[in-house]
Amino acid sequence: MPFIPHTETDVAEMLASIGAPSIDALFDEIPADLNCGGLAGIPEGLSEMAVTREMHERAAQDGFWLNFIGAGAYEHHIPAAVWQIVGRGEYYSAYTPYQAEASQGTLQLIYEYQTMMVRLTGLDVSNASMYDGATALAEAILMAVRADKRGARKVLVPATVPPRYVAVARAIVHNQGIELVSVPYDPASGQTRVEALAAFAGEPHAALVIPQPNFFGVLEPVDALTDWAHQQGMFAIAVVNPTSLALLKPPGVWGEKGADICVGDGQPLGAPLASGGPYFGFMTCKQALVRQMPGRIVGRTVDSEGRPGFVLTLQAREQHIRRSKATSNICTNQGLLMTAACLYMSLIGPAGLKNIALSAHANTRALAERLTAIPGVSQVFASPLFHEAVIRVNQPVDEVLRALRAQGILGGYALGKDYPELADAILICATETKTDGDLARYAQQLERILSRRREAPPCAYKS
Amino acid sequence: MLIFEHSHPGRRASAQAPLRAAPADDIPESLIRQSAVGLPEVSELDVVRHYTSLSQKNFSIDTHFYPLGSCTMKYNPRACHSLAMLPQFLSRHPLADAETGQGFLSSMAELQSMLKEVTGMAAVSMAPMAGAQGEFAGIAMIRAYHDARGDTERTEIIVPDAAHGTNPATATMCGYSVREIPTDRQGNVDLVALRAVVGPKTAGLMLTNPSTLGVFEKTIVEIQRIIHEAGGLTYYDGANLNAILGRVRPGDMGFDVIHMNLHKTFSTPHGGGGPGAGPVGVSERLRPFLPIPYVVEERGFYRWAEEADCPQSIGRMSAFGGNMGVLMRAYIYARMLGREGMHRVSEYAALNANYLAAELAKAGFDLAFPERRASHEFIVTLKKLKDATGISAMDFAKRLLDYGYHAPTTYFPMLVPECLLIEPTETESKETLDGFVAAMKRIKDEAETQPELVKTAPHTLPARRLDDVKAARELDLAWVA
Repeated sequence: MPFIPHTETDVAEMLASIGAPSIDALFDEIPADLNCGGLAGIPEGLSEMAVTREMHERAAQDGFWLNFIGAGAYEHHIPAAVWQIVGRGEYYSAYTPYQAEASQGTLQLIYEYQTMMVRLTGLDVSNASMYDGATALAEAILMAVRADKRGARKVLVPATVPPRYVAVARAIVHNQGIELVSVPYDPASGQTRVEALAAFAGEPHAALVIPQPNFFGVLEPVDALTDWAHQQGMFAIAVVNPTSLALLKPPGVWGEKGADICVGDGQPLGAPLASGGPYFGFMTCKQALVRQMPGRIVGRTVDSEGRPGFVLTLQAREQHIRRSKATSNICTNQGLLMTAACLYMSLIGPAGLKNIALSAHANTRALAERLTAIPGVSQVFASPLFHEAVIRVNQPVDEVLRALRAQGILGGYALGKDYPELADAILICATETKTDGDLARYAQQLERILSRRREAPPCAYKS
Repeated sequence: MLIFEHSHPGRRASAQAPLRAAPADDIPESLIRQSAVGLPEVSELDVVRHYTSLSQKNFSIDTHFYPLGSCTMKYNPRACHSLAMLPQFLSRHPLADAETGQGFLSSMAELQSMLKEVTGMAAVSMAPMAGAQGEFAGIAMIRAYHDARGDTERTEIIVPDAAHGTNPATATMCGYSVREIPTDRQGNVDLVALRAVVGPKTAGLMLTNPSTLGVFEKTIVEIQRIIHEAGGLTYYDGANLNAILGRVRPGDMGFDVIHMNLHKTFSTPHGGGGPGAGPVGVSERLRPFLPIPYVVEERGFYRWAEEADCPQSIGRMSAFGGNMGVLMRAYIYARMLGREGMHRVSEYAALNANYLAAELAKAGFDLAFPERRASHEFIVTLKKLKDATGISAMDFAKRLLDYGYHAPTTYFPMLVPECLLIEPTETESKETLDGFVAAMKRIKDEAETQPELVKTAPHTLPARRLDDVKAARELDLAWVA
């Protein structure tokens, strides 16, 4: 029996101790007519050997691709030590560290992680993770609304915030009557301009969300946006890529007073792409907001002998204590991914993270230069950017991307579905994992595809 | 020692990142970071040694019996981890076209359909990333259903007082107010109280079954009839699905929505706090509102359903669709168990729980519901011991750590004074359970003969009892050199 150790003798002795004639008798309080009588739709069990073979076949079917898609999930090298340590049973198979004395390893690690995130983002306090960047944004919006003294229930969300973050945030907050108000971007620069915000001045909004870099890879005028939000009595919520923070000004020093809450997806810090998860969301904020923060927080304290130790703290915010008045319903978070991030940041270090940011940025610039040298390809936004760029192609995006796929290349993310005005645009990303040869291969194939299509009518094209 | 205290300026794990990189001379100086990044500067060996040594300060399933009630701390098979970590699966970008991931997507489709089968629901979405998010999705669907019918006067969710805190917190997040109802002396929902609060304002009921008291709701069909007759919908909190897997199905009981905790019932790891996965199953009437994405199959081709496929969906629960790696582990586990293995999960979980309850009762412990069958878990109350010796459930729990057993869940559910909620799971052997009973007995003796020893426990762990009050009063949440 898979993963069940009982021998027949065990079962007999245990039933005798219970005083039950059979295992079935243990279910005698369940109304008999509810018995489902079998699970016909479930296949027969497999041995580990058989399931291994099957999964290897499925993995081989999916294969490997030369990937230039970013759009919120980034391909970075993950040091081998990260997942070897994360996979240790003491981290992998432990529960939430409620029994502090038996969980000092996980608790200290969370405290170290919190310290790293506080330093990276330049804010005062960090929690121990949220589900992902998008739900972290939703929770930050709820925090700002709770903390807003005017009772505002609207939040300004620029159109340059990742569209899926906005979709998730809306799905989560709309049941509480909170409205997300979209702010258009400047079509020439791809930025959110303070001038565009003027239309919203004077109306009570709880917060302005500020992405850096934004979904297009474009760098926003974060100082001006943060100051504008504060002048209007709003909280400034930063949405950032953690890798970029080794290079870019941290949210804690944006504008005169710094952003109030910072969130983002921690995936670039040691989580594999893995078709979408698990990743983790991070959240840091100013000290004044710590009691509005959702999720678990670890604090340093002492034990009965005065030695330093770690515990989950401020639990009176959380659902298991406060129930319907909790700051959030979150319980299980993404602990193991936070663990990976703590290991990743330790291994990479400050110089390493900066070089990863610079290399990824340089690769994306080089790729954009190579691609825009091809006739029919141009760069869309004339603004400084970080490790992603938007290019325009003069032929149908879906067909171009399909033709690249036929060559084993994932050429980027088609922006048309989220931004109809950018139906001819592709968001590209080349992280530090890409070599000059990789960039050249993309450019060669794109050039070939575009020139071939110019020569032949579209209907003759095969992929 | 903290990792930061191992730091030396200029030291680095130099195999792990590019040593040089071109300057970002295209980024304006005003946007550039001026301060230090503040991460530790250590070697690869420093990191491996530090975090290996920290790990050894943890209890875990792999190292200790971990009978934490309502958490289903069963063995996490290693194959599930290693196969979900195959490099092709790990390297696939979430926005890559579906044609690049048919191996992965077909696995997701099969898991989705197996979850439908074990719950008896009409449709399943695996988008929610944890139990609480599954709850959120469930209640948001109930709300969307009422709203779609123009039935907007329903503002209340009914929750039994024994429920997990996530239930009332979820109702609040969905904009509902909570009506709490009491539990009767047998551990069942109090039907008289239920009838008294049900009415035109009732949007729905959230019910955990078996309840957190470790017993099956005998009148579950009647409870649902009461809610449905009032026009409300019923939500099944599947936290304790391990107790009924392959035996009874929430769909057959008539529930409208259920969430499952794959990190419990389907043995994906708890990871020191996550990640989990909280798929939801729904009845036919809630199908249009399912969260996205879920897998659809068209002529043998698998893809994620998106906004355009399901315009009434409550929306996305995450940027990229959910905790895919967790779902992969659950899928592999489900394939190894198969049809027969799934029955055995609940059978042997019940056998272990009832055996442990019987042995503890024989050893002089008070069961909270001695006349009831245990489900996959049960409650011991130490009230008499506390009255006689001053030893609390907390003291008892801490002393168990000295004996090498993780403590059961303490002080939850709050209805039972000085309670230990004990869930052994099906993967533990009789000898392990016997060892636990022996430790419980010895601690009970110690409580009577040397209470100080128990009150000051633990004695053998990396830390003695920690000062929670100081932690909350003098907040130290990040290290300052």
